[in-house]
Amino acid sequence: MRILVTVKRIPDPDEHLKFSSRPSGAESSSRPTGAEASAGGAIDRSSVKWVANAFDEYAVETALRLAEHVGGKDRLAEVVVVSVCPAAARQHLTQFLAMGADRGVLVDADDTAMDSQTVARLIAAVFVQEQCDLLIAGKLSQDSEGNEVAQRVAGLLDMPQATFAASLRWDRADKSVTVVCEGDDGVETKRVPLPAVVSCDLRIVLPQSVKNGATAETHAYQEGPRLASLRGITMAKRKPVAVQTPASLGVQVTSRVRTVGVQAPPRRPSGQILETPEQLIEKLVREAKVL
Amino acid sequence: MSKVLVVLECKNGKLDPASLPGITAGQKLAAASGGELHLLVVGAAVEAVASLIAEAGFGAKFIQTAQHPDLDPPTAEAWSDAIVTAVQTIGATSFGGTATSRMRDVLPRVAARLDAPLVTEVTGVTGPSSFRREISAGRAIVELALDGPLIGFTARASDFESAVPGGAPAKVQNIPLQGISRRGTAVLSLERTASSRPALTEADIVVSGGRGMREGKNFAVLERLTDLLGGALGASRAATDAGMVPADLQVGQTGKVVAPKLYIAVAISGAIQHLAGMKGSKTIVAINRDAEAPIFQIADYGLVAKWEDAIPKLTSLVEAHKGAHKGG
Repeated sequence: MRILVTVKRIPDPDEHLKFSSRPSGAESSSRPTGAEASAGGAIDRSSVKWVANAFDEYAVETALRLAEHVGGKDRLAEVVVVSVCPAAARQHLTQFLAMGADRGVLVDADDTAMDSQTVARLIAAVFVQEQCDLLIAGKLSQDSEGNEVAQRVAGLLDMPQATFAASLRWDRADKSVTVVCEGDDGVETKRVPLPAVVSCDLRIVLPQSVKNGATAETHAYQEGPRLASLRGITMAKRKPVAVQTPASLGVQVTSRVRTVGVQAPPRRPSGQILETPEQLIEKLVREAKVL
Repeated sequence: MSKVLVVLECKNGKLDPASLPGITAGQKLAAASGGELHLLVVGAAVEAVASLIAEAGFGAKFIQTAQHPDLDPPTAEAWSDAIVTAVQTIGATSFGGTATSRMRDVLPRVAARLDAPLVTEVTGVTGPSSFRREISAGRAIVELALDGPLIGFTARASDFESAVPGGAPAKVQNIPLQGISRRGTAVLSLERTASSRPALTEADIVVSGGRGMREGKNFAVLERLTDLLGGALGASRAATDAGMVPADLQVGQTGKVVAPKLYIAVAISGAIQHLAGMKGSKTIVAINRDAEAPIFQIADYGLVAKWEDAIPKLTSLVEAHKGAHKGG
């Protein structure tokens, strides 16, 4: 069993966005992670701090929980992390190797100059080349919020998919995963045969969300993605990272999604702080007229 | 001639109201490109519901039906087979729908198979092939232009009105299907959250609780207020992660995006990820004991108070107001 996990670097979501009026940098992007050029302004990312996308941390945690046998010595799967980014900007990849992934694949390319179909083609090519059985992805990246790549890879490779997974159970004898997916108005349980694609939602990192049939059913993980250990950080430097390019994977880079403009959202007028519930009701009835 | 194909969802033999904002987006796109609107109904047996939708019109020229036993229950695998066939059969130039969890699951798969660009969760249609959407938890708005003979979109429900019946009745056409397959997947169960309240994304009033509610049973006071207002109950991620309420009540970047007439945030601090899910609300009320909570920065009305004191008081005031209103 080999699990491929997609990981992406994004500007720190807790930092303020800086807007510049002058367009600069690359002209097109569907995954706006670079300097977006536009008539209407651009996001200035010259000084941003890059971090790993949180949903990708959940995806790697999910893969590690599937791969490891807590209480045993055997490992049930190999975990490979893949990222499309400039080779010099691989810090997030190293972070996931430190967290416990076995090795990495880096597709050296400007990820801001391609659309999600291109990203999906690159990931699909790596999946095939590495002969993987399961693709695990975060459900979206916190910057572009596209929520497309996992489903696109499934479509390109004609594999089954389970999106927005809140829990996951791997049935090794049946070569399938059973996934509880969170939808708009409830939950759906879906069994998908491998090879397959799974995208992860928040609750996949709750203590008992991932079962692999080897680790005890009652085992409770610590909530959230694990932190890298000191040993993990040392080991990460020695773990192999294969560098590929779109050309070596036989993928033509395209972008059919152009950024025309970027704007800051309109500010809401500042509100009023009221003293009592009576005043609040009065305002809602007479001023806002919503009651 | 451009042809816009909007994929619909049905629930209990009727058109799911969640699909209505997607129809509106499709109408706008058809108008912007001078094209015609087609609506696609997918399922095991959809003739009856298709003729109901055809009568309602919605400005569509055709209601297309895609029927096959393996299309119910819905799966991304089989539905994408049906939608790909429909796009190819009618020669659609664009396809889309409301950004429901089902469409967000299915349409990127369709886009990949048709080698088409797609823009998800659009908040506006700005031209025949351009859209507006938010990124980075609503901290920036981008306008995107798509190139190619076929484009796709999903429309954020909170930013498009629900389409209303009207116009000439549409004509029903059946799309012949072949090779519909679930790819070996099996839907083992589908549990809808039972609620007598309006859907979170469709309600005029939403009352949400956050971490400060401390435990699930405390949501009972919010439920009383919610029901009195005829609204829907929501929650912040902190509350759903702590298991106080079910996950599908979560409002925010990683949950649902709502834009009701009135949003009441109770004991919610107002992380940017939560604001992304509700800042489009017409009137925002924040009730929090911490005067420094960021939620007050976007609230129209703020009340610095403990919910234990404020909510029961507010509830009886609403009750009195409703009573007086009814009486006079």
